[in-house]
Parts: sequence; C-alpha cells; structure tokens
Amino acid sequence: MFDFLWLLFALPTFGALIVLVAGRWLSQKVVGGIASAAVLGAFVVAFLSFLALLGLPAEERSITITYWQWITIGDFEIPVAVLYDPLSAMMALTVTGVGALIHIYAIGYMDHEPRYQRFFFYLNFFILAMLILVMSNNFLVTFVGWEGVGLASYLLIGFWFEQRDDQYGWYADAGKKAFLVNRIGDAAYLVAMFIIWTSVGSLTYDVVTHEAASLPTTTLIFITLLLLFAVSGKSAQFPLYVWLPEAMAGPTPVSALIHAATMVTAGVYLIARTGHLWELAGPVSQIVGWVGILTAFFAATLALVQYDLKKILAYSTISQLGYMVAAAGVGAPGAAIFILVAHAFFKALLFLGAGSVMHATHGVIDVRRLGGLRHKMPQTYLTFLIGAMSLAGIPLLSGFWAKDAVLAGIAADGAFAIYAVGVVTALLTAIYSFRAVFLTFNGEPNDQHVYDHAHENKMIMLAPMWILAFFSITIGWFNTPFALALEAFLEPATGEHEKIALFLELIVVMVSTVISLFGFVFAYARYIRKEQWPLTLASWFAWLTPALENKWYIDRVYDVIIVQPIKAVASWFARIFDPKIIDGAVNGVGSVINDAGEAVRKLQNGAIPTYALSIFLGVVSVLFYFLFVG
Amino acid sequence: MVPTSYYLILSAIIFTIGAVGVLSRRNALIIIMCVEMMLNSVNLTLIAFARQWDNLNGQIFVFLVMAVAAAEVAVGLAILIAHFGISKSTNIDDVNVMKW
Repeated sequence: MFDFLWLLFALPTFGALIVLVAGRWLSQKVVGGIASAAVLGAFVVAFLSFLALLGLPAEERSITITYWQWITIGDFEIPVAVLYDPLSAMMALTVTGVGALIHIYAIGYMDHEPRYQRFFFYLNFFILAMLILVMSNNFLVTFVGWEGVGLASYLLIGFWFEQRDDQYGWYADAGKKAFLVNRIGDAAYLVAMFIIWTSVGSLTYDVVTHEAASLPTTTLIFITLLLLFAVSGKSAQFPLYVWLPEAMAGPTPVSALIHAATMVTAGVYLIARTGHLWELAGPVSQIVGWVGILTAFFAATLALVQYDLKKILAYSTISQLGYMVAAAGVGAPGAAIFILVAHAFFKALLFLGAGSVMHATHGVIDVRRLGGLRHKMPQTYLTFLIGAMSLAGIPLLSGFWAKDAVLAGIAADGAFAIYAVGVVTALLTAIYSFRAVFLTFNGEPNDQHVYDHAHENKMIMLAPMWILAFFSITIGWFNTPFALALEAFLEPATGEHEKIALFLELIVVMVSTVISLFGFVFAYARYIRKEQWPLTLASWFAWLTPALENKWYIDRVYDVIIVQPIKAVASWFARIFDPKIIDGAVNGVGSVINDAGEAVRKLQNGAIPTYALSIFLGVVSVLFYFLFVG
Repeated sequence: MVPTSYYLILSAIIFTIGAVGVLSRRNALIIIMCVEMMLNSVNLTLIAFARQWDNLNGQIFVFLVMAVAAAEVAVGLAILIAHFGISKSTNIDDVNVMKW
C-alpha cells in the first residue's frame, strides 16, 4: 500500500497544474471541483495508508521510502524520501482532511471572486508544500515545504492585494509583513541545520535523533534555541507572533486552512518530530514551556478585547498554538499533536463560521455591527457554537480532552507554575469563545441593515462545516485519559509518554471542567443577561485596558526598536549610498572608458596612407624586436 | 654565377621603392602598382633562395604569390572604379568616408 504514497504529492500537483494551465477556460465551479477532488483524492490515499499502517505491528510502523537522491556532494547526501510513521500519518490525514473540506467550502465562499483560478492554484500548491513539509525524512526537504507554505501564505494573505482598509492598511502589506517576519525564523532554521550538519554529519531525522545523545549539551542548546526561533516564526509564538493577526486580511478559507488548521502547526510538528533533541537540551525544555504558555496567556488576553471576529479567532489561534508548543516543550508531544489535530477541526470550523457570517453580510465582521444572527443563520449558529464550545473546553467535546491532555502533561512534568498560567488561560479562552458567539449570534441586532440582509448560506458551505462540527465533538474521544489511543499510536514516533497518575489526572479534569463552565457562566451573565457582577469582576482589571487595546505595546516596541531603525538605515542607503557610491562606481567606470574612447578615436581618421604607415611601422618594429632584441 | 646577396640587395631596393611609393603617393593606381612591386621584390627573394638551396618550394610559392597578387589587383581595381564613380577622383585623400 505504501507504494502509492507518491500519489499524495502527485494529486495536488496535478490539480494545481490543471487549474494553472486550463483554468482560464473553465468555470469557477469546475476549477473548484478539480482542486477539491485533487485534495480529496490525497485524503483517500492518506486514509488508506493510515489503515495499512495500523495493520502493522507497532514497532514496524516507521517506513522510509527513498524516491531519488536530490543532492550528493561528497559525504553530503540529501535524499528525497518520505518518512511514513504515525506522526506524519496523523499530519497527512489532518492536512488533507481539513484541506479537502475547506476547498469544498471555498467553492461556495469564493463564488463572486474573479480570480478564482489563482485562488485554487495557490490552495493546491499550499497542500502540496504542506505535505512535503510533514512527510519528508530530513530537515532540508522539510525546509523546502516550510518555505513553500510560507510562500503560499504570503500569496494568499495578499490575495486581494489591490484592497486597503483602516484595519489592515494595504492587504498586500499584511502579506509582506507575514513573509518578512517568517524570514527571520527561517534564517534561524537554516543556521540550526548548519550546526546539525557540522556536528552530526547528517540531516536525516532518524540519524539525528539517534546521534543526539552523543552531542555536547551546549550544541544541543544552540540547535534547539535556533529551532525554537524558527518555530516561533512559523507557529506564531512570542516574539514573532505579530504577523498572524494581520494575516486575517486573506480570504477566510485561507485563514481557516493556513492560519489556523495546518501551516501554523508546522512548528509544533517540528518540535514533535525532533522531540529527542529537546529532551536532551536541559533548560531549553523549560524555556519552550514558558514561551508557549506565556504566548497562550497574552494572546488570550488580547482575544478578549478584539471586536473583529476574525481577529478574535486569530489571537485564539496564537493562544492555542502556545498550548501546543508548551506541551511539546515539556515532553508531552503526544498531547501537543492531539490538541493540534483537535484544534485543526474546531478552529477551522470557527473560521468557516466567521466566513459564513461575512459571506451572508457582505463582509461585515465587526461584532459591534452584528448580533442576533441566530434567527437568520441557524445552522451557522449551531456549528459555530459547537466550535466555540470545543475551543472553550466544555466537557466531553474534543477541545476539552485536548486541553486536558496538555495541562495534565504539563502538570505531570512537575511544571506547576506553567500549569497555573495554563489554567488561567483556559478561563480566558472560555470567556472569549462565548463572547464571540454571544456578540455575533445572540442578543438584539446592532445594525438593522446588516441584519436584514443576512441570509443562511448554501449547502456547499454548510456541509463542510457540519462535518467539521462532527469531528469537533468526536475526535477527542480517541484520546480520553481512560484510553489514550492517539498518544499510544504516536509513541513510535514521539517516544514513550509519561503515565500520568490517576489522582493528578482527576484533579486536572475537575479544574478544567470548573474553569470552562465558569467561563461560560461569566460570558452568559455578561453578554446575555447583562448582570452586574461580571462587570464588577472585570473592573478589577480595568487598569489593564490601555495595555490590551494597544496589544501590550509589542507592535509599538517593534516599531521603535526594529522597524524604524531599519527604515532609517534603508533610507540612508537609498538616498546616499546607492546614488553616490554604487551608482558613482558604475558611472565612474563608464565615463573613464568613454573618455578613453574619445581620446583614441582620433587615431581612426579614415586616411589610407596613415593606416598604411602605421602597418608599416608596426611590421618594422616587430622585425626590429625579433632581429635585434629577442 | 651571380651571388645570392646581389639578388637580395636588388630585392630590398625594389621593396623600399614600393613601400615609399605606397606611403607617399596619392594616386590610387600608383599605390596599387607599388604594392605589386613590393610583392615582386618578395618573389625575387624567394627565387633567389630557391636557386641557392636547390629547393623548388620557393618557386612554387612564387606562383601562389602571383595568384594572390592577381586577385588583389582585381579586387583593388574594382574598388577603385566603384569609388571613382562616386568621387570622380583617384586621389586616396578623397577616400576617407570610413572614419569616426
């Protein structure tokens, strides 16, 4: 069965090429259908391969298929090879599964879009790059996918590059910001690869994992810190998270697919894939835990005060990615992958719900202008509510089990300070999730005009949402604390997970339940019943409001210490260095040659006797040289 | 038998006359004639050496030089006539269009 894994890459490539070459003669529905079918086909391949993998005994579930040698320079060999093990199988399933649903949704969502060929070409290209990223067996080919998804992200954020509004500025600039911020992390990835190559002599995951124990700890710390920087770029962690909120300028299916479900989880995947390095790197594991959980916390606080529905979801994504990174960092990669998969479903669902609202209201996304939409859009409301409940960690839904697995993993590691921050973040998560639901769908319409025009969307958009809603409820049941099927399945790839003591597990579950229900009650009282006590509670934190509204001043700090100096240097180069020194050198060479030519051309006077004389004198002097000197 | 050096001296004199003629005269026809004279002085040298070393290579080479000379005259006269059609003159100071 694994002989057909190449189809996983061939199908999106094929779909992308058809759309690229023949798209201009095809209608929007056909183009969308071809692109969706390609990804759906890839999903079928991924699913059958997954079944075949399940059929093998646990210790044989790691298959490497080498297609060809990409680079061979002396000892330096980079194969184009697939590493198919439980981890990449899970990632491939998630990417193609969620990807196929979002493709189908996009057929409905992008129905008024004139550049639909370009859109579906980019989407298929993204799926291809993402599959390369998660299926490769070495760092370098993963990096190819890593850059590929970055490119797709850039192209799709700036998809409406000719538009601008007050919130994002030029949409093209939002794409540029994402791309440039990611470049910083990519540079760290490259340097990490250089160090791995010089110290291990191979970039293959198997070899690196195997040799990691023999490396000095300082080397490992350097490698993992650089990788952490790369992860913080791609997975939107502190300090490089700033691009993700801006990325919401892209079309909503893109936000769902790339900036919530798949691409941004690449960093988490990388940590899980190289988990052994992080275990051995001593203090780094704590650093990763803190980076992740603090990102989760601060992003959650920002999600509380946003009024743009997509921005709420964007900060929520950063926050959930923080959970994943923290879990992967403290040695619970199984839990990290679990929340990754669960999050892919419910966050994609929430984004598709937001997109459904935008589609119905012709682009209104400010929750202050929405409200009461549950009467107009009952199905969107229901699916969105399921997604939000899952995100908030309401018991028995996927998000609950996933968050519980993460928090239990952190607590079992003994990092109780991190755990405490995680619990507070869980409370904030529950509050902002229901705030988003209640402001959008409940209460009275805030803008009667918008409300009157709203309508429920077509089935082609609702069906993917219902499927995602189904999995947002059920996917967690594969990995309850009583039967850790998913984590056990992942063990060959991520290493043994720690057995968590029952009483600790029970405490964590109880705390999570209480926290999420309290969050629900708080939001209900605050936004539906309009009671007084939540306001009283909130007023204790009123002094934080300016900080929150300014996004903790992070953007402003970056502006002062990074953006402005770079702009100043760049403008110095543009005004002084380039015209004076670079152009001066080029023009100088030109004018020297010009002047020399001006002087020499006088010799060519057209008079034949002069030419004859110079030939004669030349012959005489050559003869003279050979006869008397040479 | 006349010594070879005599031939060489005569050849050098003819060559010099030819070279000076090429450089100093302004009439294109005379310049072509001077060029022929230079070629023939070289022919004389070749034949002289051929006789001295009893080697026919020099004589054969003379035929080649004569063939080249014939071709050169044909081309040279053709250019001259073509140019005469334009400028009505055989003075090479008038042939100066190929300059900067």
